[in-house]
Amino acid sequence: MIAAPASEPLRRFLQVARGAGLKVSAAEGIDAARALDIVGFEDRTVLKDTLGLVLAKTPDEKALYDEAFDLYFKRDEFSTDRAEPEEDAEDSEQDPFSSPSNGSGGDGMGGQGGQSLGSLLANDDRAALATAMEQAAREAGIENIRFFTQKNLYARRILDRMGLRALERDMEAMRQTGTPEGLGRAQFLDGRIEALRDSIRDFVERNLLLFAKGDTEKFREELLKSARLSNIERRDLDRMRVLVRQMAKKLAARYAKTRRRRLRGQLDTRRTLRRNMGWGGIPFITVWKQKRIEKPRVMVLCDVSGSVAAMSQFLLMFMYAINEALSDIRSFAFAGSLIEVSEILEKEPVEEAITKIMSLIGFGSSNYGNSFADFEDGWMRHVTNKTTVIILGDARGNRTDPRTDVIGRLSQRSKRIIWLNPEYKSAWGTGDSDMYRYAPFCNLVSVCNTLRHLERAITDILEDAT
Amino acid sequence: MLCGSRAEPWPSNSLTFLPSDAIRLLNSSLEQDVNDALPLGIEPLRSIDAVEQGLSEAGYIANRQISTAIYMAHHLQKPILVEGPAGVGKTELAKSVASWLKLPLIRMQCYEGLDESKALYEWKYGKQLLYTQILKDKINSVIGDADDLATALDKLHSFGDVFFSHQFLEPRPLLRSLQEPGGSVLLIDEIDKSDQEFEAFLLEILSDYQVTIPEIGTVHALVPPIVLLTSNSTRDLGDALKRRCLHLHIGFPDDKLEAKIISSRVPGIDGRLLKQLVSFAQQLRALDLKKVPSVSETIDWAKIMLLLHVSVLDVDMVRDTLNVLLKFEADIESAGKQLACLTHKARQDAGVA
Repeated sequence: MIAAPASEPLRRFLQVARGAGLKVSAAEGIDAARALDIVGFEDRTVLKDTLGLVLAKTPDEKALYDEAFDLYFKRDEFSTDRAEPEEDAEDSEQDPFSSPSNGSGGDGMGGQGGQSLGSLLANDDRAALATAMEQAAREAGIENIRFFTQKNLYARRILDRMGLRALERDMEAMRQTGTPEGLGRAQFLDGRIEALRDSIRDFVERNLLLFAKGDTEKFREELLKSARLSNIERRDLDRMRVLVRQMAKKLAARYAKTRRRRLRGQLDTRRTLRRNMGWGGIPFITVWKQKRIEKPRVMVLCDVSGSVAAMSQFLLMFMYAINEALSDIRSFAFAGSLIEVSEILEKEPVEEAITKIMSLIGFGSSNYGNSFADFEDGWMRHVTNKTTVIILGDARGNRTDPRTDVIGRLSQRSKRIIWLNPEYKSAWGTGDSDMYRYAPFCNLVSVCNTLRHLERAITDILEDAT
Repeated sequence: MLCGSRAEPWPSNSLTFLPSDAIRLLNSSLEQDVNDALPLGIEPLRSIDAVEQGLSEAGYIANRQISTAIYMAHHLQKPILVEGPAGVGKTELAKSVASWLKLPLIRMQCYEGLDESKALYEWKYGKQLLYTQILKDKINSVIGDADDLATALDKLHSFGDVFFSHQFLEPRPLLRSLQEPGGSVLLIDEIDKSDQEFEAFLLEILSDYQVTIPEIGTVHALVPPIVLLTSNSTRDLGDALKRRCLHLHIGFPDDKLEAKIISSRVPGIDGRLLKQLVSFAQQLRALDLKKVPSVSETIDWAKIMLLLHVSVLDVDMVRDTLNVLLKFEADIESAGKQLACLTHKARQDAGVA
């Protein structure tokens, strides 16, 4: 039964921690409860260190955790100019009229509820007020707050539950008496209620931060993932960058693993002897030579011309991320002509790499035929039957010769060609788009204009490549 | 008192916040855990302060977080995953815990290609072979009166797997730490250097303090060891591993803590010199360097300064000994330009004119 009283605040804190973006599994929740059982709530720094050990498992998570902890365990200090002795809180809780459970007796029933709030305000009993507010907030379901537009709603609910209506009626009655004493008292209480309102608004705001931060973030991220890449605004770039990196990392972790396959027929003599030493070298167990399956060989050709300028930022970003993740990848950028950018992507940090590539070759009008010819001259000999070629572009060559013959030869040499086009299918083949001329040589042509598309396309590529 | 509270079965109503099936599963495993006799006989681990003091007696100056981690690791029976930059005392922590608690330290250095025959156990092939040779003559007395092959085999079977028993088992670090009668400190160093497969293999020992040997069965820990895993974050560890561990991040210490650490490791050092050294090292860490000096390097530097009878840092002296702190040519070069400024600041911080 020791942990029972601890469970409620802990449960709420775990919810907060999850909301803040920590990955807290059920097992870790139990660990937290066990840890809490050992250290208790007495010492705040110890509590913080302890829960931090159990819940936050990376430096990033530690930072999130610290923030969430401080926010959550920050108790409600009513703005006061003198320090409130602890005993006050205890005394007032024994007082039946100011005990929080009575204070929250209901909305507008008068009687004890209003009297309690009134007396609390009149006595300026801050500790008891804070307790009553906590209680009322819990009853109002503050942990369900999600949007900033709900702030006033929740503030009102908390005030109601603290018995504001009854108090207002009482005050009305005081005013009705018309005596200077009654009026003065009503005025005095008015001021106090105003102060209380402010504190409650602060309180609700803090809770909004606490409970809804994670959700809001998640909501935005979901939105970004399915927004057209060309429509993404400047201020979301940072978030986007993080998403792209996460995605590339996830994909790479899943597929870059080298897998081993037995190559039957070749005995590894040395290891067989070693393995069978125990039986005097008689080979009971045979060890076969293993060959590591090669990681996918990928060549990415990315259009950075003016027509796809809005997209190319992200395509390059993705190329950068995947370049970090997979080891055997060569990247090229083209507009009027084509250059290899593998080295830039490898050596420079992402920002500079993108700017550098764009300044080297970006923004011009695209000439697909010319670029493919460049590729054939310089790098066609590196293409083998294991190579997957990915082309990112809108296939709009400004009515220049599309040089489908080069793509034809490329498709014969390579394992396959995948074309990811940011335009909607309905626009393919219109105007100067040569998409349908290239399509016969590609193993896969698909629309790709959101992060989600990109992820799906790359997943398919990697899955088949291994 | 702590021991008493732990012995009680876990109050299930405190766990109502979890999905019910998860509770049931975990609860049963927990109860099992608690029912297994938990030897909490290690008296020095009674409070966090005691840990802090004990570690400092062993020569390790721990901050509050570190001692909390050790305390929790013992009481929750969980391994600690220690992360942080190189040279902040991750390995040293394990050594100090062992020397303080007077437990044997069993260290396993991870590297790529480490497998269970090196980490867990191996059969003593030579001994097995030798014994079969010696026992060759005895075989007749065992199966001598058998009429046919089937009866002979039956007779042999009745002897069981004599050659695959504990006598022929060569315990490697993991198994050894489970078999220590008085408990032990198991240090799994640089877990990030090992393969992912090995990381998965560790899960059993980390969560249940047991290992499974196919020929023998499951070996439980006599006394659950205190397990520390260290990582330099060269690769991200799996979630499964992290979930089973407490996570402790040790960063570079602040100037006060670093001064305490150095004075405990280099006893004869003059207070004012110490202040200068620490201030200088802290300033170096703020520079944009390839590899900033670690605490162990600062300690080495302090020892050298003591040997050279230096009491006040001067630029030439610092320049000559800078290669103790900085290990890259480029770093030495870039710090070298600012040496005068850094030294001056260090002297000022220490109040030396």
